[in-house]
Amino acid sequence: MLIFVVRRLGLMLLSAFVLTFVVFYLTNLPPNLEKLARSEGSVRMTDEAVAQWIIDNGHGGSVLGRYGQWLGVVPGWSNVDEKGVPRGRCFAAGTDPALAPRYCGILQGDWGYSTYFRGPVLPNLGEKLGATGILMLWVMIVMIPTSLLIGILAGMREGSRTDRVLSTFSIATTATPEYVSGVVLVALLASPVTGLSPLLSEWGLIDGKILFQGAASPDRITFWSFTLPVLTIALYGIGYIARMTRASMTEVMTAQYIRTARLKGVGFRQVVLRHALRNALIAPFTVIMLQFPWLLNGVVIVETLFNYKGFGWTLVVAAGNNDINLLLGCSVVAVFVVLVTQLISDIGYVFLNPRIRLS
Amino acid sequence: MADTTWDPSKPILEIENLSISFFTRLREIPAVMDFSCTVMAGEAMGLVGESGCGKSTVALAVMRDLGKNGKIVAGSIKFKGRDLTHMNDEELRQIRGSEIAMIYQEPMASLNPAMKVGAQLAEVPMIHSGMSKEDAWKLARQIVADVRLPDPDRIINAYPHQLSGGQQQRIVIAMALMAKPALLILDEPTTALDVTVEAGIVDLVKDLGKKYGTSMLFISHNLGLVMDVCDRICVMYSGEAVETGNVIEVFDKMRHPYTQALFRSIPLPGADKNARPLISIPGNFPLPHERPSGCNFGPRCDYFQAGRCDARDIPMDPVPGGDRHASRCLRWSEIDWDAPPAKRAVKEKAPIGRVVLKMEDLKKYYAISSGAFGGGEKKVVKANETLSFEAREGETLAIVGESGCGKSTFAKVLMGLETATSGSIMLFDENVQSTPIQKRNVDTVSSVQMVFQNPFDTLNPSMTVGRQIIRALEIFKQGKSDEDRQNRMLELLDLVKLPRAFAERMPRQLSGGQKQRVGIARAFAGGAKVVVADEPVSALDVSVQAAVTDLLMDIQRENRTTLLFISHDLSIVRYLSDRVLVMYLGHVVETGTTDQVFQPPYHPYTEALLSAVPIADTKVIRKRIVLEGDIPSAVNPPPGCPFQTRCRWKAQVPGGLCDREVPPMVTLEGGHQIKCHLSREILAEMEPVIKVAAE
Repeated sequence: MLIFVVRRLGLMLLSAFVLTFVVFYLTNLPPNLEKLARSEGSVRMTDEAVAQWIIDNGHGGSVLGRYGQWLGVVPGWSNVDEKGVPRGRCFAAGTDPALAPRYCGILQGDWGYSTYFRGPVLPNLGEKLGATGILMLWVMIVMIPTSLLIGILAGMREGSRTDRVLSTFSIATTATPEYVSGVVLVALLASPVTGLSPLLSEWGLIDGKILFQGAASPDRITFWSFTLPVLTIALYGIGYIARMTRASMTEVMTAQYIRTARLKGVGFRQVVLRHALRNALIAPFTVIMLQFPWLLNGVVIVETLFNYKGFGWTLVVAAGNNDINLLLGCSVVAVFVVLVTQLISDIGYVFLNPRIRLS
Repeated sequence: MADTTWDPSKPILEIENLSISFFTRLREIPAVMDFSCTVMAGEAMGLVGESGCGKSTVALAVMRDLGKNGKIVAGSIKFKGRDLTHMNDEELRQIRGSEIAMIYQEPMASLNPAMKVGAQLAEVPMIHSGMSKEDAWKLARQIVADVRLPDPDRIINAYPHQLSGGQQQRIVIAMALMAKPALLILDEPTTALDVTVEAGIVDLVKDLGKKYGTSMLFISHNLGLVMDVCDRICVMYSGEAVETGNVIEVFDKMRHPYTQALFRSIPLPGADKNARPLISIPGNFPLPHERPSGCNFGPRCDYFQAGRCDARDIPMDPVPGGDRHASRCLRWSEIDWDAPPAKRAVKEKAPIGRVVLKMEDLKKYYAISSGAFGGGEKKVVKANETLSFEAREGETLAIVGESGCGKSTFAKVLMGLETATSGSIMLFDENVQSTPIQKRNVDTVSSVQMVFQNPFDTLNPSMTVGRQIIRALEIFKQGKSDEDRQNRMLELLDLVKLPRAFAERMPRQLSGGQKQRVGIARAFAGGAKVVVADEPVSALDVSVQAAVTDLLMDIQRENRTTLLFISHDLSIVRYLSDRVLVMYLGHVVETGTTDQVFQPPYHPYTEALLSAVPIADTKVIRKRIVLEGDIPSAVNPPPGCPFQTRCRWKAQVPGGLCDREVPPMVTLEGGHQIKCHLSREILAEMEPVIKVAAE
C-alpha cells in the first residue's frame, strides 16, 4: 500500500515537472516576452529597448535556466539596470541584494510576482482557489447525490419509462456545454426582460425584477446568487455521472447474485438497496473522481460568465493579460488537482471493492 | 401458511402441459412445449438434456423468474396445490427462498461479492420469518457447519472471493437450506467444480435431501450424476420432455430413440476407440425457430419414418408396466430396443512408432507477489515439478488432473508460450525448452499445435472460416500460391468432415461442434506432428463430443499424429488414450498405460479421482471415496507428499514419512509408475474402484 502511494506520488511529481515545463516553454516564447515588455515597459519602446528590457528583467538566457530559476533549483537572476539600481528575481527593486536568498522559486514557496494583481502570486491564487473551492463544494453537494439517484433509478429497471425519461435528460444535459447551458439559464431565470422572471414579477410572486442573480461574488454567497453558477456546472456532470451509474447499475441488476437475492425472496427495494447499490457504485466512484479535472473546465467558463472571482476567472485573466507567473501558478495547481484526485480515486476504489483489497 | 392445508401424499410440484415462449421483436420463440412432470415429497427428479433443450427454462419458470421476454403461454405449475402461474409478486416473494430454493451453476457469480457470507445467509430467515439479526447469524453459523464447512466462524465473516469454488457452492447450498424449503431446484450445481469436489457436493446434497425430506429438481447434462442423485428422470430434447420415468428403468430400458442415442454417445466403461467406438448423433440440435414438424428428433433419428413421424405433434405415451414411465415416440413399441447398433464401425488400432517428444525433469516456477498494490513479499508458485515423460508417434497420451494441477502450464511450456525454469524438452531430437514461440522456426511451430478448450473464443469473429485456415497456411508457409492454399484449405475442411461451402461462413454461423472442427483444421494446417488438445470437448454437448473425439482419432490414425489430450474427464480419457499421466499440484503422481492406471494398484489420488467420476451405467458398482477438503493452493503446497492432506492411506505409511518427504517415483511391473510411499504389498492389495456387475 505504502509503496503504491509512494510510486504514485513520484509519478505525480514527474508529470508535474513535464507539464509545468511545457506551460513555461509556451508562455516564454520570444513573441510573448516582447508583448510582456511592451505592456510592462512602454508601448513605444524600440526593438532594441525591448530586447534590453527582456534581458534586464531576467527573461534572457536559456529556457531551461529560467525554468530552473522558476523552480528554485538554479540561483535567481540579478543585474544592475541602466539607472544603476540592482534588480533581481529574489528581491524587490531598491532593497539590498545581499540580504536576499540565492534561490527563490516554487520550491522555496516563492511563486513569483503577478503583473495583473500587482503583488505576489501565491496569496492571490490561494484566495481565488478558496473561492472556487466553495463553488465546487456546492457543485459536488448538488451533483453527486442527484446524479447517483438518477443513475440508480434509471438503471434499476432497464428499458422502463423511468429509465427512458431519465436517460434522455442525462444525455441532454451532458450534450449541452456549460457556455450554452449557462446562457440559457441566465436568459431563462436571471433576466428582467426574458424568460420566467418578468412573468413571476408580474404575478407578484417575486419581489425584485429577477428570480436568480446573474452574477456571484465569493464575498456574498446567497442561494439566489449561487444557484445558477452551481447548476450550470453541475448539470453537465449530472448527466455524465448518471449515465455511468446507470450503465453500472443495469449491469449489476442482471448479475447472477441479484437473481440469487431475488429468488431468496428479497423484495425489490431491498434488492436494490442492499445488494445492488454497493456493487453499482464502484464504477461511478472512479468517474466522479475523474470528474474533478473536468469541473475545472466548467469553472473557467462559469466563473467568467457569472463574474465570480475564483480560480477559473484568474486563469482567464492571467492568460488574457499575459501574466506569466500567474498562469504558471494556475497550471501547477491544475496539475496537482488532477493528479491528487486520481490518487484518491485509485485508493478509494481499493477500499470500495473487497475483491481488490484482499486478493 | 399454505402447508397446513397441504396433504403430504400429494405431489409437491406438479407441472402440467407447460409451454414457455420468449418474445423478441421478430418473433415468438417457443422454448418449452407441453412439458409435464410431477415431483413427490422427498423425491429427487432429474432433468437431463443438452444445452438449449429448455431444462433451465423450466427451473426458472417454477421460480417464475423468466425475465422480461419470457412468458408462460400455457399450462400450470402447481406447488403444494397452489398454481404458481397465477400468483402475484408478493405471494411469489414469500414462496421464493422459504419454500422453493435454488442452487446455481456458478457459485462465484451467484454470491454477492460485496457482502459477507454470513449476512447473505442471515438475510433469508430475517425476511421470511422475521428472525432477529442475532438469531439469524446463529442459524447461519449452524447451517454452515451443517454443510460440512470447516471453521464456520471464520467462513461467515468472509467475503465470497475468499473461499474456494467448492466452499462457495456449499455456501449457496447453505443459503438454500436456511429456510428449510420443501423444494430445492439445482441448476447444474457441480458443472463448474472439479470432480473430487463435485463428489463431495453430491454426497452433501443427497444427505441433506434425506435429512430435511426436501424434494429436488436436479438439472444436469451429466447422466452419471443424475443416476447418483435422482429417483426419477426426465429427458428433454429441444423444448420437449421426450422420456420420463424411474431412473433405473430409463437407464436400463429406455423407450425413446434420443435417450438411446445419448447413451450410445457417452463413453461408458467397456467402450473402446477401436473395438467399440462411440456412436455420435448425426446432425445438429435444431434451433428453436427451426424445429421440424412432428417429432423434433425426427431428422436425427435412426428409426424415422417419413409421413408418420413428421405428420403431427407427438404426445407423451405411457409405457405400460413401467413406473410412471412415458415416451414421446410413436414407434417405441415397434422398435427392438435390445438390437445392437447397426453402424458401429470397428477401426484398426494405429501402430505406435518412435519417440517424438521427450520431457525430462521439467520444472516451471512462477514468482508472484502478494499485497493489494503489487508490493508485498514474493512467492514462488511451483506449477510443474519434475515432469518427465515421452510420447510416441501415433500415440494418445492423456494428462489428467483437476484445476490447478499444472496441466495447462505444461501445455504452455510445450508450446513455447512460456519457457521452462529447468529441464529439457526434446522434440524430434531438437531441444526446445528455452526457445519461446517467437524464436522457434516455422517448422517447429507448425509441427506442435494446439486445439483449445473453448471453440467460441478462439476463432476470429470477423473473418470467414476459409480465410482463417488460409491465414494459418500462410503463417506455416504451406503451399506455393494462393490457389494452392485455397485447395489445401478445402482439403482440410474435408479432413474435419465439414462441407466445403463452410469456407465462406463466418464463425457465428457455426455451432460449437463445427467451430471446434475448424479449430482442429487450423491446428493440422501445417501438418502438425504433435497436437496438444486442451479439454477439446468439455465445452461441447454430449452428443457432439463423441463426433469431435472420433474426428480427432481418425485424423490421428491417418496422420500418425501424437496427441496430448489434456482433460479432467476420466471417462473420455479411458475411452481414447493409450497412456495416462495423472497430475496433482504440479507433480506427476501416476503414469502408465490406460489399463494400468484404471486398474489397481492405484495412486491414492487416482483412486479417489476414479471413484468421484459419476458413471451412467446401472451395472457399474463404484466404491465411494470422498476426499476431504479442497486442493491445496499451489502457492502454499503442503510439505512432503503433495497429496498427504487429503490421502486416506496416509496412516498405512509408517513414521510420518508423508509429512516430510516427497515420495520417489516407484516403478511397478510393465513400466507403471506411482509416486507414493505406500509399500508394494499394500499397493498390491488395493481393490478396484469400479466393478461391473455380472450381466
